[in-house]
Amino acid sequence: MTTENLVYERPEAFTEMPTHYCPGCTHGVAHRLVAEVLDEMGIVDKTIGVAPVGCAVFAYNYFATDFVEAPHGRAPAMATGVKRVLPDRVVFTYQGDGDLASIGMGEIVHAAARGENITVIFINNANYGMTGGQMAPTTLPGMKTSSSQSGRDVETQGYPIKVSEMLSTLEGVGYCVRRSLHDPKNIRLAKKAIRAAFETQVRGLGFSMVELLSTCPTNWGITPVNSLKFVEEHMVPAYPLGDYKVSDAVKQIKI
Amino acid sequence: MAAKGWIEVSDTYCKGCELCISACPQNVMELNMAHLTPKGYHPAHTFKDGCTGCAICAVVCPDAAITVYREVTKSVSSMAAPV
Ligand SMILES: Cc1ncc(C[n+]2csc(CCOP(=O)(O)OP(=O)(O)O)c2C)c(N)n1
Ligand code: SF4
Ligand code: SF4
Ligand code: SF4
Ligand SMILES: [Mg+2]
Repeated sequence: MTTENLVYERPEAFTEMPTHYCPGCTHGVAHRLVAEVLDEMGIVDKTIGVAPVGCAVFAYNYFATDFVEAPHGRAPAMATGVKRVLPDRVVFTYQGDGDLASIGMGEIVHAAARGENITVIFINNANYGMTGGQMAPTTLPGMKTSSSQSGRDVETQGYPIKVSEMLSTLEGVGYCVRRSLHDPKNIRLAKKAIRAAFETQVRGLGFSMVELLSTCPTNWGITPVNSLKFVEEHMVPAYPLGDYKVSDAVKQIKI
Repeated sequence: MAAKGWIEVSDTYCKGCELCISACPQNVMELNMAHLTPKGYHPAHTFKDGCTGCAICAVVCPDAAITVYREVTKSVSSMAAPV
């Protein structure tokens, strides 16, 4: 077994610590893709992550980068401060849908509107995973959660918020796309998007975000394998995958 | 002839979620019911020949638990990172 035989190994941008995520939760896949991109770009030593409140609250334990922990929803504000003080660093937030699209909606919208030169990894798993699967702004119509037990009723509880579509209308945004983590092909596309988002930041081309459709097998109450099917059959139709904004300058990037 | 590969699944990281098993195009993976990890999971392993070293199992693994190897044939450049 020489390195010549090696096809894939655990990214160097990871620490040795095993994650606390539930078995089969695609938060882990999203982490892995970020770590692989940091390795490929050779930027581990100059990257600073901003962890959210949510299941990813311990993200700082898993990446071999510097990290700070933000109050719930405030990661884009904290990342703004870090990036402005240390403009030569690569700064990213990693946020769930409760964190980003509920309590933190103000912060994300204004960070994007200001064109803050930060990268946001946005995990849309259609619920508040950490606190027991309550309804999030992203919960699908009719979807049962622990706080919408007969299914989300859009008459009283409103419709899902499509964050990528919304943010793509803002001038300061350089790159804003939605991808999914439900199969190998889509995972590869997600990784390319994460790379493009970090390249956007490294070139100073404005705010970048990758929304990732992700699973929560524990609170959805189904197996990890069936959770991937749920994403494919129910989340992708509700949250179409695609490039919502790629500025002209970002389009010129050759990777 | 298909390339010959093999994998190692880490006892430290594998949580027995079965995502790799359902993704493996060669259907050579299963949970090893004869073995428990220190955390108490039955880890994934290959139970028969046929692994091609395609690394699809590693691409879907949420815990970066899988290392993938492939027998070197000729072009090393074709072995770029799989994802
Ligand atoms: C100020 C504040 N309000 C509420 C909470 C409780 N809380 C913890 S995590 C969470 C939601 C997490 O959901 P999400 O951001 O979607 O992350 P996930 O766990 O699904 O990845 C809430 C409401 C808190 N910790 N702090
Ligand atoms: S509660 Fe849901 S989102 Fe959180 S780690 Fe478990 S499966 Fe993942
Ligand atoms: S995908 Fe990873 S964690 Fe899940 S069973 Fe396979 S090796 Fe174990
Ligand atoms: S490398 Fe490919 S063939 Fe081998 S176990 Fe993994 S998915 Fe299956
Ligand atoms: Mg969530």
